[in-house]
Amino acid sequence: MSATVQTLEAMERPPVTMSSRLEGELLEVSMGPQHPSTHGVFRMNVTLDGEIVRKLKPVFGYLHRNHEQIGEQTTYLGSMPYTDRLDYFCSMSNNWAYALSVEKLAGIEVPERAEYLRVILAELTRLQNHASLLGFLLSDMGAWGTPLMYAFREREKILDLFESLAGSRMMCDYMRFGGCRVDADDNWLAGARKIVDRFPKFLDEFEELILGNEIVIARTQNVGKLSADLAISAGITGPMLRACGVNYDVRKVDGYGFYPRFKFRIPLGEHGDTYDRLMMRALEMRESVEILKQALAQIQPGAIVNPKAKIRAFRPPVGEAYGRIEAPKGELGFYLISDGGPNPYRYRVRPPSFINLTVLEDLCLGHTVADVMVILGSVDIVMGEVDR
Amino acid sequence: MESLEQIKARAEAAIPGAKIDIVPNLGPANQPSLLIDNEHAPAIAKFLRDDPTLRLDFCSNVTGVDWLDRVTKKTVKVKKVVEGEEKEVNEPIEERIPGYLEAVYHLFSMAHKHGPITIRMRTRDRGEGARLPSLTPVWRSAEFQEREIFDLYGIRFDGHPDLRRILMWDEFEDHPMRKDYVQPDDFEWEPTPHDDVLARAKQHYAPRPAEQELRPS
Amino acid sequence: MIGTGILKGMGVTARNFVGSYFEKERLITVQYPEERSPLPENYRNFPFLIYDGEDPQAGLRCVACKICEKECPPQCIYIVKSDDKKPDYMGKPQFYPKVFDIDISVCMSCQICVEVCPFEAIKMDKEFELSKRERFNHLLQRKEELSKPNEYYHGICPTEAADVDAKLGAAAEAAAKKKAVAAAPAAPVLAKPTGPTGSTSAPASS
Repeated sequence: MSATVQTLEAMERPPVTMSSRLEGELLEVSMGPQHPSTHGVFRMNVTLDGEIVRKLKPVFGYLHRNHEQIGEQTTYLGSMPYTDRLDYFCSMSNNWAYALSVEKLAGIEVPERAEYLRVILAELTRLQNHASLLGFLLSDMGAWGTPLMYAFREREKILDLFESLAGSRMMCDYMRFGGCRVDADDNWLAGARKIVDRFPKFLDEFEELILGNEIVIARTQNVGKLSADLAISAGITGPMLRACGVNYDVRKVDGYGFYPRFKFRIPLGEHGDTYDRLMMRALEMRESVEILKQALAQIQPGAIVNPKAKIRAFRPPVGEAYGRIEAPKGELGFYLISDGGPNPYRYRVRPPSFINLTVLEDLCLGHTVADVMVILGSVDIVMGEVDR
Repeated sequence: MESLEQIKARAEAAIPGAKIDIVPNLGPANQPSLLIDNEHAPAIAKFLRDDPTLRLDFCSNVTGVDWLDRVTKKTVKVKKVVEGEEKEVNEPIEERIPGYLEAVYHLFSMAHKHGPITIRMRTRDRGEGARLPSLTPVWRSAEFQEREIFDLYGIRFDGHPDLRRILMWDEFEDHPMRKDYVQPDDFEWEPTPHDDVLARAKQHYAPRPAEQELRPS
Repeated sequence: MIGTGILKGMGVTARNFVGSYFEKERLITVQYPEERSPLPENYRNFPFLIYDGEDPQAGLRCVACKICEKECPPQCIYIVKSDDKKPDYMGKPQFYPKVFDIDISVCMSCQICVEVCPFEAIKMDKEFELSKRERFNHLLQRKEELSKPNEYYHGICPTEAADVDAKLGAAAEAAAKKKAVAAAPAAPVLAKPTGPTGSTSAPASS
């Protein structure tokens, strides 16, 4: 290949050819932190050979605020609103993971209605997270705006539900140790049922939009292949792991909440490429709709918070606990050590999207720069959680 | 799944010289952990990963914990010569437990779907001896998380492929998650209810005393 | 055949384009400053202080117990307790906050202050158009700006405000009965405080 670069002074200087400039030379490019496709302030130092990625080193920390130290300096309850800001797309899941860990640490039971509400809200969170992820991913591939707006339209309906229940669209701060903060009335449940019933219609339409699309197939199939062995060793979790065909879902394995009461399937991929990861989200949304239908049918009136769990002067006994849930992005865990005081001695977040980035370099090697964006989009990261 | 005692016995039998202690956890969560010795840690980790009944192939969470020097007060009966005769006297003694840093690994099995098994390693001290063997060669998922521990706690992991700071910038010197970390006082201050922050910031930016500036250099 | 997938996708966009003129659920945006979607009752934004009666300063329910200041996760509340007691709107002598500042640029709307307040004195506001000309003086809200009457609270959260009023009323009644019983020790039958809220009467009436 020897494309000629024409310059204004072409008359005076001999023409410079691409091949003479780039052949055999490696070019280092810093992608990000201000880049529309990096989903926040994420930076990659990419070494390129022509357009092929030869080395890729992610650089973190632009959004680092030492969340864990803040958690160690505030009370147990005071950390709850901060968890909203971890993965700001899925504040309900973050709340649940944190509440679950503290409940393990202090041995608090959760009433039945609260568990149902938690399942409903976590699955609604999964719906809106996956829907917007699909929109963003298509946006990264060049389908600017349109699919993203369709996804955001559905997401907005779910966020309206969150707002009318928890008071805020994204920073819900809804769960409390031993239950939930506000009870959902019948109107809210009816509204949720309506949205859940209509959601498959959106899914059908969205799948029609992207599934057979030749451009999507060309951009995603056989791009960023991840083998099951590497995925397990690198601690990949969530849809990204299941896209490689590994059947591991914390909802089934741990059976936390009331998930064993619901009938649902775990979609599994085969090739572990970007297309499988994309489809995994679409299929998981269908299963979430199934769970939601069952949960909304089974929910019974009752107490929503355990009266034994105190709001003020909450001091769990000395000990440690690791609690985890299947957040939309993967396994979200909280590791807490209590020394008997009002603050945790150690407060650790296991961020799924941060650990899922471990294999980013392996996925991108040998692909072009344009594929890096697609692969990164399919990992599904949120910088609030990656940098903490 | 096997109990921790069984795992300990089998691991110690499989790896000659390995020493494993069980750290109890008194809380309601009841998740006790295995304290493994640093020298044999990679071998023990490999055993836990590859043993057919355990198959702990998924290292979910890796984190550091900082334990400062602790002083525990005890009363011990001591034989003493008091006024010419030997007596048994209760004497309070202070036992000083030197501080250490800890790395905690939460292991699960994707093959057998069990877990967690918690293993922990302790450094010799909090200063120069804060070194541990890296388990990244065994579980790739520890790569970024061990870097994070190195960054925030200052444990050096021997054998880590790429041990650099990850969240803080490279020029940063301290380890901000340590319990004795002192926050810098050069805040951009502004009128807020944070009185102590404001006071510290004002102190930081206060003009130097006049005599100091007048002193001939 | 190659290209059919793209054509199908075009069909979907065309359906959405045309549909947005007819179907309400395909077009959910509103033209904001002119059109406003109603706020749900649970919506919360920044805290404010409630006062009863006419005088905003005398009627403040806040007695400067500083619990909210201590529990606030980002530490955006600043309270100085008074040295003396002043009569509140009922004429009872109470401590009052000499200074009560909330820095709404620090506040993260978590409403933990509302949950921990034993006096129902601090509640979440719904006003969200809060752009100010100056960061330092205007976003640090003083006691005078924060004080709002109970009627305002009824206006923004009718159900919740009615619950709070019923709770406070029951507590006050129970306290009054308790006082009456204490004043007349000859009636031992009534010695038990009646009503389920009897135990919570202490903070609300002291």
